[in-house]
Amino acid sequence: MDIILEGIRQAFILLFTFDREVLGVTWFSLKVSGTATLISLFLGMSVGTVVALTQFPGRRIVVSLINTGMGLPPVVVGLFVTIFLWRNGPFGFLEILYTPSAMIIAQAVIATPIVMGISLAAIQQLPRKLRLQILALGATRLQMVLVLIREAKLALLAAVMAGFGGVISEVGASIMVGGNIMGYTRVLTTATVMETSRGNFDIAIALSIILLLFAYLINLVLTYVQQRERPR
Amino acid sequence: MKFKKNMFLTGIALATAALLVAGGFTAAEAAKPQKAVILATTTSTQDTGLLDVLIPIFEKKTGYFVKTIAVGSGQAMAMGAKGEADILLVHSPAAEKKFMADGNGVERRLVMHNDFIIVGPPADPAGIRGMKKATEAFKKIAGSGSIFMSRGDRSGTHVKEIDIWKAGGVKYEGEKWYQQTGLGMGQTLAVSAEKKTYTLADRGTYLALKKNLGLDILVEGDGILLNIYHVIEVNPKKWPKANFPGGKAFADFMVSKETQDIIKTFGVDKYGSPLFFPDAGKKEEALGL
Repeated sequence: MDIILEGIRQAFILLFTFDREVLGVTWFSLKVSGTATLISLFLGMSVGTVVALTQFPGRRIVVSLINTGMGLPPVVVGLFVTIFLWRNGPFGFLEILYTPSAMIIAQAVIATPIVMGISLAAIQQLPRKLRLQILALGATRLQMVLVLIREAKLALLAAVMAGFGGVISEVGASIMVGGNIMGYTRVLTTATVMETSRGNFDIAIALSIILLLFAYLINLVLTYVQQRERPR
Repeated sequence: MKFKKNMFLTGIALATAALLVAGGFTAAEAAKPQKAVILATTTSTQDTGLLDVLIPIFEKKTGYFVKTIAVGSGQAMAMGAKGEADILLVHSPAAEKKFMADGNGVERRLVMHNDFIIVGPPADPAGIRGMKKATEAFKKIAGSGSIFMSRGDRSGTHVKEIDIWKAGGVKYEGEKWYQQTGLGMGQTLAVSAEKKTYTLADRGTYLALKKNLGLDILVEGDGILLNIYHVIEVNPKKWPKANFPGGKAFADFMVSKETQDIIKTFGVDKYGSPLFFPDAGKKEEALGL
């Protein structure tokens, strides 16, 4: 128990003395996971919406693949991204293994199916009649899609939170493709793993608490946006 | 059909936007890794904090940017053999010799040593405390059925441990008392402490973690327990994409007098004794192998 209290104390010391390394790592975690989430939003929401609104052969297979992708293990993503990005691998010419870009790619791969799956369900569950009604009012197809997205806002924001939560907390892919390089690709989760293996449990706990704190703050903001309207 | 086309175009636009965001990120960071050196090394050099001291000095001196990938010696050499690392700092001599014989490395230089120790719970159920021969101690652990926690990850420490089992002629694979963590040294020590088992550790990591462990050094000082670190430059003929000059600069730095002096005193203030002993320029035989 002592060690947890000590960790909490450390967390506050590190935060309020503006420890440069910890702040840097925290800011970097948010930047990488935020960018990855943003990319996953564009890809996930657009594809999710298209799949939700169209009929095509093999659609169920596609949906089942997306749903499986929601549970993609980060280490598996990390391993494949690493192999693809190796200097002598197929995308070696990009020279981005062990860089923040590689981490963003890996995290985007993890978050995209999560956002996609939830968006798909969110859009598809809107009543079919709503679509017809919007079109009957003279909206273009694009306008209709925008209205539908607005209607599904609650669930789509949940998709954002799930996607962000999935990547800010993952460690397997980040450590493999980023390498946990000090001041360059070290994020809160990989730093926690390293401090644990160094036996610095108090600092590891402090980093975990900072991670939880920031994850909470971001979700708090998103929740406020989501719950702005009164419950129906 | 018009509808689908619209959706498609929106999708393309969004994807492009996403790529631009990612591209902006890449451009912003491009300044730093211009001359990156990928150092594949063992967990012990990172977990003890030695590299945190040495690498900033090297970077300041040479302008190279070091990407330290701390894995086990086995994985580090696998990376070197695939040309995915520029320089290796490893401690698995037999495997290193094979690595060199296969033409994967150009030069292999002695950097430093410390030693392995057999640690275990203070109660010492197998009664090995103070034994002089590591092989005898291992036999006794096996005979008593006390649990031995192995790294199981082909790291330098794991390879050394297998050497000792083999030297003592002990059958260990698949035995009930033989467990593997598959983790780094620090984590394996933590598991070992928690489960009150025996394990083989490098002294550096043990000293760095000692305060939280509650494991005692039970056997030390046997010749077979020597733990030797070398730097190996990856063969540029085999892997033209490797940053050979950067790797060589790092190897030169590791054996330079300045670095060797830092290694000599590293950890003394914190742990009361040095974690590593500098050996640059010596012959391996001089260490008593």
